[in-house]
Amino acid sequence: MATGCGKQAEAPGKSPNIKRVALVGNPNVGKSVLFNALTGSYVTVSNYPGTSVEVSRGHAVINDQSWEVIDTPGMYSIHTITEEERVAREILLHETPDVVLHVLDARNLERMLAMTLQLIEAGLPVILVVNIMDEAERMGLTFDLELLRQRLGIPVIGAATTRKRGLDEIRSAIVAYRHDPENPPHFAYSRLLEHDINEVAGLMVGEYILSRRALALLLLQQDEEITALVRRREGEGFAVIAEKVREIAFNRRGSFHLDLSLERKDIVKKLILGVFTSPEKRVVTWAERLSCMSVRPLTGIPLLLIVLYFGLYKFVGDFGAGTLVDILEQKLFVGIFNPWITGVVKMIIPWEVIQELFVGEYGIITLGIRYAVGIILPIVATFFIFFSFLEDTGYFPRLALLVDRIFKRFGLTGRAVIPMVLGFGCDTMATMVTRTLETTRERVIATVLLSLTIPCSAQLGVILALLSKFPGALAVWGTCLLLLFVVVGLLAARIMPGEAPMFYMELPPMRLPQISNVLTKTYTRMQWYFLEILPLFVLASILLWLGKITGFFGKLITAMTPVMASIGLPRETAVAFIFGFFRRDYGAAGLYELQTKGLMDARQLTVAAVTLTLFIPCVAQFLIMKKERGWKVAGGIGVFVSLLAFGSGYVLNQFLLMTRLLS
Amino acid sequence: MKLSEKAEEILEALWIAVEEEGARFLDPERMGFPADDPAYKELTGHTLVEIRQGMVYFRPEGREEGKMTIRRHRLAERLMMDVLNLRGDAGDDKACQFEHLLNEGVDIKICTMLNHPATCPHGKPIPPGECCADARAQGDLGVVALTEFKSGQEGEIAYIQTKDDKKMQKLMAMGVLPGNRIVLVQSYPSYIFRVGFSEFAIDSNLAKEIFVRK
Ligand SMILES: Nc1nc2c(ncn2[C@@H]2O[C@H](COP(=O)(O)OP(=O)(O)OP(=O)(O)O)[C@@H](O)[C@H]2O)c(=O)[nH]1
Ligand SMILES: [Mg+2]
Ligand SMILES: [Zn+2]
Ligand SMILES: [Zn+2]
Repeated sequence: MATGCGKQAEAPGKSPNIKRVALVGNPNVGKSVLFNALTGSYVTVSNYPGTSVEVSRGHAVINDQSWEVIDTPGMYSIHTITEEERVAREILLHETPDVVLHVLDARNLERMLAMTLQLIEAGLPVILVVNIMDEAERMGLTFDLELLRQRLGIPVIGAATTRKRGLDEIRSAIVAYRHDPENPPHFAYSRLLEHDINEVAGLMVGEYILSRRALALLLLQQDEEITALVRRREGEGFAVIAEKVREIAFNRRGSFHLDLSLERKDIVKKLILGVFTSPEKRVVTWAERLSCMSVRPLTGIPLLLIVLYFGLYKFVGDFGAGTLVDILEQKLFVGIFNPWITGVVKMIIPWEVIQELFVGEYGIITLGIRYAVGIILPIVATFFIFFSFLEDTGYFPRLALLVDRIFKRFGLTGRAVIPMVLGFGCDTMATMVTRTLETTRERVIATVLLSLTIPCSAQLGVILALLSKFPGALAVWGTCLLLLFVVVGLLAARIMPGEAPMFYMELPPMRLPQISNVLTKTYTRMQWYFLEILPLFVLASILLWLGKITGFFGKLITAMTPVMASIGLPRETAVAFIFGFFRRDYGAAGLYELQTKGLMDARQLTVAAVTLTLFIPCVAQFLIMKKERGWKVAGGIGVFVSLLAFGSGYVLNQFLLMTRLLS
Repeated sequence: MKLSEKAEEILEALWIAVEEEGARFLDPERMGFPADDPAYKELTGHTLVEIRQGMVYFRPEGREEGKMTIRRHRLAERLMMDVLNLRGDAGDDKACQFEHLLNEGVDIKICTMLNHPATCPHGKPIPPGECCADARAQGDLGVVALTEFKSGQEGEIAYIQTKDDKKMQKLMAMGVLPGNRIVLVQSYPSYIFRVGFSEFAIDSNLAKEIFVRK
């Protein structure tokens, strides 16, 4: 079929010298690993489907040629369902990559080849990368890729990208690729289906990047985006096409998807005959045994507790928030660095007002940098190491299926555990990750729960330190948060319009994490985190300083005194709440100072901690919320959260006063 | 004995009137086929019914034949709905055409494939055939929803029953296609199944739409 015409029609801003290679394929097959290997940059690699939610572009020099490399979110088929899949297909629909690398997982060759067929059928310049060969071989699978190459008529390369295997072959194949758009390999469907395709394709006259054959099939699958595209391109003639599609759909009584999938399955069956052999007996690896343990409630829940105990409590809590903070904040900053820098600044800058800005009570260095580096850095870093490690083992999808039933009651699915757990590291980052949830309803509910009840690790660390002297207070604080999480979740599920979501998730094999990836990922997350929070800290210090020297700060505190008094707090806590506006943990650290000065009793501390935890997320999170959900939703959530925070503080204070629980 | 479509429909109407509505006979006026229609001749000729004072009565052989005709009709309805996913008028029309083809053992095959259903989509009972009794005796359930499987049990995917296109596509993307082997790895708290070398977790809403043959 001559379908490659008009290839150059709509490449946006394509410079003539730079060629492009796009990486596409199912989720979790190693596209991002390959992207990183080709470009030398780093995009997140994790062992669960749906890690990449956006297109990433990078640059590579291969054989002295300059190439743009494009990493895409995983997709199951060219006929897209989810937002990420749509984003990935955009690249194929509107850009004209010179090479399309279809990456798949060797062990699932049979299932995933259906998409190779779709790509070839679309007239795209496809190279097939059969990845993760190392694991497939360990399972006793054998491949004859040469035979597959002959049958498919495109380059086929076996690879294990995390082991650097096959990278050179991939590079050579990219530069050597010669696309012959006039004679794409052809895989015939049944006569009836071919007839239907030809009838529809024959009516199309517009110019397209994808072949008419592929577009006809997508039209017959009622793909909305493609229908819109063809409607635009065909103008007047579209009515006839639409009529034909309707007619065929009617004749097939709505079973077109299934018919097509079954036909592709048959074609694939023939293609892999002799290409792929599996051993007589399934090889059961240690990873599979561990996987089994982690998903059975009887063993899974104890395992979860062990993971939480060692990972969160011991590593992040004891080591990060205890040992490291002690070394950095107490020994390094308070003991050595702050006195020294104060001396230096006082020597260089003669004006006391300016000295205050840098090394005063709210000084950029003595307060801002000390908080950021001394307290927050070690806590957040250990948390990210823990989280990244867990991500790479493939544990999260398993945790997701364990909690799915519970999460359904909150209008979420098990899938939401990933942002929820990440929220304990950084709510802002987690809010971005809610994008992997399927429906807008789930995303909004998750955003509300994150901004309201999930304390981020920095805050958690400070609050634990703050309340650790009063075990009762800690228990009250924890109970309050849990209660609100459940109540708000249950209510949200009732109130929010929309259908109940469905849960489905591919379980990737359990893997031993590569330490290099865990560290790189932690490093990039830390970098992001610091670029995000450091300016806020500096800004907060400056504003506080300005407020102090102009007297505005004092007025603000006075203005807030009645509010503070209504929830039973001394006026000094207003300072912490003003800090908290910038970052909740910053605010919590403020409370810490008050507590060391002995200004608050257990009841007041608890009320303040609960209110502050529930209180407005940090400014950065609010901005992300606005970006992801829009002004209206973000504003609504902001108001709701603030009111609920103070309301809960008020109720808790009355409750504690009445019951004398903590006195 | 091969009856005309009209004759089969009269038998069905008579069976419903007598067996389910408690009447003793069928009034041809209510049937819509006037009493002089040749179909009545055909039925009396096979000694299935007799006509007295213009009313239609069963003969013993006719009662049995009527039962089997109703059975075929309701199986056809189930087939339209469960497998071909045709609902409403479209499904009813097709069922009416289809039932006449379900002779000579085809009904047994379909009944087995549908797991010997007891009721039609309208909730009316489907008279059991021999296959149903046999299956019950052997405890063989034929095709069942994945939710009926035990952990560790393996089978072949028979069909997906859903009216939601997206669900269908998602399942197909996971390799859930008729003819593929499937192993249920675990059923609580979520369903985990294995197709080929991949494992997927789904909730019961999705699992109950996958029908599997043991
Ligand atoms: N053993 C082995 N593991 C690999 C190989 N390639 C990738 N992986 C692992 O597969 C997982 C997924 O890799 P990614 O690169 O994030 O996959 P992706 O295709 O970008 O996934 P999405 O972004 O979700 O679409 C990671 O845990 C990798 O370590 C390989 O060749 N061998
Ligand atoms: Mg990726
Ligand atoms: Zn019925
Ligand atoms: Zn039966």
